[in-house]
Amino acid sequence: MTPSKAQALTDDGRRDLLRTMVLIRKYEETIRLAYYADKKPAFDIGAGLVPGEMHLSAGQEPVAAGICAHLTPDDAVTATHRPHHLAIAHGVPLRPMTAEIFGREAGLGHGRGGHMHLFDPSTHFSCSGIIAEGLPPALGQAFAFQRQGSDRVAVAVTGEGAANQGAFHESLNLAALWNLPVVIVVEDNDWGISVPRAKSTSVASNADRAAAYGIPGVRVEDNSVEAVYAAAGEAIARARAGDGPSLIEVHTLRLWGHFEGDAEGYRPELASVPDRDPIPIYRDRLIKNGVLTEGQYQEMEASAVALVDDAIDFAMSSPTPDPLGHLSYVFAEGVNA
Amino acid sequence: MTTTTHKDQSLALPIEPDAGKRKLSTAKAMQEAISQRMARDESVFVMGEDVGPYGGIFSSTTGLIDRFGPERVIDTPISETAFIGLGIGAAVEGMRPIVELMFADFFGVCMDQIYNHMAKIHYESGGNVRVPMVLMMAAGGGYSDGAQHSQCLWGTFAHLPGMKVVVPSNPYDAKGLMTAAIESDDPVVYVFHKGVMGLGWMAKNDRSIGAVPEAEYLVPIGKARVAREGTDVTIVTISLSVHHSLDVAEKLEAEGISVEVIDLRSLVPLDREAIVRSVSKTGRLVVVDEDYQSFGLSGEVIAVVAEHDPTLLKRASRVCVPDVPIPYAHALEYAVLPTRARIEAAVRNIVAS
Repeated sequence: MTPSKAQALTDDGRRDLLRTMVLIRKYEETIRLAYYADKKPAFDIGAGLVPGEMHLSAGQEPVAAGICAHLTPDDAVTATHRPHHLAIAHGVPLRPMTAEIFGREAGLGHGRGGHMHLFDPSTHFSCSGIIAEGLPPALGQAFAFQRQGSDRVAVAVTGEGAANQGAFHESLNLAALWNLPVVIVVEDNDWGISVPRAKSTSVASNADRAAAYGIPGVRVEDNSVEAVYAAAGEAIARARAGDGPSLIEVHTLRLWGHFEGDAEGYRPELASVPDRDPIPIYRDRLIKNGVLTEGQYQEMEASAVALVDDAIDFAMSSPTPDPLGHLSYVFAEGVNA
Repeated sequence: MTTTTHKDQSLALPIEPDAGKRKLSTAKAMQEAISQRMARDESVFVMGEDVGPYGGIFSSTTGLIDRFGPERVIDTPISETAFIGLGIGAAVEGMRPIVELMFADFFGVCMDQIYNHMAKIHYESGGNVRVPMVLMMAAGGGYSDGAQHSQCLWGTFAHLPGMKVVVPSNPYDAKGLMTAAIESDDPVVYVFHKGVMGLGWMAKNDRSIGAVPEAEYLVPIGKARVAREGTDVTIVTISLSVHHSLDVAEKLEAEGISVEVIDLRSLVPLDREAIVRSVSKTGRLVVVDEDYQSFGLSGEVIAVVAEHDPTLLKRASRVCVPDVPIPYAHALEYAVLPTRARIEAAVRNIVAS
């Protein structure tokens, strides 16, 4: 696939992609620090300011930046248990998102959801902690957009492990059958927790599975944000035009563990992982090509830090939910509304 | 995703109006409720396996495709996870899907979308995302359909938080509860027992045809009905078992045993007040439930009374499906179903004690 003229990247566009990636990385680094800050010396998953499982997306920034550059807040995104990069790139407001991760009253879900359950109506963003199960609701959002006669699209993002779930295949078939304006994106980060894709998946490329449903499938190698941008541009334009769904697999990188606290003893290529970090690679390329200056990069980092710090401050200043409110929001009407 | 309601706010529907004289089967009453809502609200659509030209395997959607066409009455592939999840996504974007799961027994292939998504999104989002969706399904046995096509299972849905669960027993309630379910901003699981539908190809209960108003109306979700007043013993029940209980009550009246029958109509919310009110009067409680006995509705109903005031209860007992898969052979199946004979024996037993 080649990007159409309308989608061709300008140098401003390239810097924007990097800016989004840098913001995501600063966010994840900061959450990671907050997560561990009060889990020392003994790690207790349920303790601290940010308790629970924490799945951070460092290394997968190219997927989020490359896709969401083509979306507006009217488009829907469904993400996985590892959702922060997509939420940030799609424009979920950082303050309530962070407050939710900290389990605060000012959070997106008033502390009922947590980091795997972020719902933002203003950007039609949601995520699910169950593998592949974010796809069917995205189909429904696409269905509603189609019925509205709009050119809005839904993007369902999932991992390579999800491509072996029934929900994945049911969704591809139904999306193709009903020509839904949805793009299904598989983030192949090589690992389903500790199981390498070679031990879980019968095909070399999940993009090949698109052929079974008669839709376009493309695999993006090298975790290249510009290649993601090009493939996503094509697929999203196709969906907007009413030409139906597409499948994209991106060979990305899980820079850190499955969740924080994962020692990754199962991962033989661990030593080489930092060398594949997509952010320095892309930054250096843009500098080399004269698209970016060191000063511009430092400004990107500084503004990312400011945004993240502001979000953390907001979260920390929000009260924890009143325990007496634990029954609230079960239903919209009547009991426990 | 929407935080606003898309209801037709101009419409104030009557609540439980006089039934009038016109008679319908439960299936026709359901079809009429759906049809009238679809005519009023463009956002309502029906989706499921064989809901189109076939009209629903148990006639829940007969004729709808003729009136509204295949764009709004949509046959799906046999992909329950995909199409129930699609309903959820459409609902969060402001549509009002009515999705049919052909048999309650089939929830095993799609439960994640139901209990982890449909039922939890409103809570996880702190009330910011609503899922105004109806998930309707056929339930119940009695016609030798075996262990995978005869279960009620409403207690399983009711056990999991975030879904309203309604189970009508008659045409009047079937229409009013369906209208209320479509109008609800919450996900509603609507379970219809095949034996109350009034189907031409299955033994019919006499009360599966009854008076139904032609105009739209609501039966509020969460409100039980006193199906028959009595003073000696309370039967709390639901769905087809309501009719068996009423038959037993009529028979025992001649012997001077006065049986009150409470039709719960909804499991979630559960009308605890109605249960307590009746048991306060009779002191004896028989719970009749075609779902499995243990860890379900029957134990819950008794717990409601016990927690409220255990001194109200002289005695309680249950007539349910014992904890075995539903057998195929007729004689075996009817040994596990809550038949009139079992209900009668339980009532006689509790009154004698």
